[in-house]
Amino acid sequence: MTFRNLYCSVMAMVPTSSGTRSEARVVEVTLESTLKNVEVAEEVSRRVSVTAGFGSEAAFQIEMAVHEAVINAIYHGNKEDPGKSVILRFLIFEDRLEIHVCDQGRGFDPGVLPDPVAEENLMNASGRGIFLVRKFMDELNIETSANSGTEVTMIKRLNSEV
Amino acid sequence: MSMKAAVRQVDSVTVVDVRGRITLGEDCKQLREVIRGELAKNHKNLLLNLADVTYIDSSGIGELVSAFTAISNQGGQLKLLNLTKRVHDLLQITKLYTVFDIHDDEATAISSFAAAS
Repeated sequence: MTFRNLYCSVMAMVPTSSGTRSEARVVEVTLESTLKNVEVAEEVSRRVSVTAGFGSEAAFQIEMAVHEAVINAIYHGNKEDPGKSVILRFLIFEDRLEIHVCDQGRGFDPGVLPDPVAEENLMNASGRGIFLVRKFMDELNIETSANSGTEVTMIKRLNSEV
Repeated sequence: MSMKAAVRQVDSVTVVDVRGRITLGEDCKQLREVIRGELAKNHKNLLLNLADVTYIDSSGIGELVSAFTAISNQGGQLKLLNLTKRVHDLLQITKLYTVFDIHDDEATAISSFAAAS
């Protein structure tokens, strides 16, 4: 596996979305842009989810969300360019898991994604990835620009079972 | 485990036993090639046995939809057999569960092709 040795787990003070600071454990992985690394991301996701206290069903949902987000980053974002990396960062809070997936691509317009369960799109061969992430996670935010790439932020709360 | 597919003929139905992952990349490509190969042999009644599929992602679901469309366009039928709970749930979430003819018994699935033709 082309898996850079940047797997770490540390305690860190990180800002929350409300602007306050909260203690989280941070696990960060840098992945080279090859599809073989998607399984690495899944494995890390499984271990982090168990550490964070999620049950097997929620852990699987998190793993699928990570799978889809990392595939988008490697395949659509970085276009499998070996010179570009994907950062996968997990923030383990007491009540939730926050996951960031950052690529170095040219960005995209999330507003143009068609609804894959609309009658006219049901038989489309693609376009279900982000939809599944939304289904499996409690929150999804996409920041994207042509200059700085795309950062996907996903949150799963510990007491939620989607 | 990457995707593996074994093809066998039962009466007029081509059964494809799929194992492993159906995800973006080589897995999806292999499945597409197997289905195209069967269509090229004029095998238009296909039953995909997904009992040993350990993982399917959005691209894998898209591949099933593409196969369904390709086979239907040639006057054939694609049916699914033995969905795992996770594949079943994903087809429900994506509202594709009612699009596919899904069976949990191979003999019943095989005879359903004869009934339709």
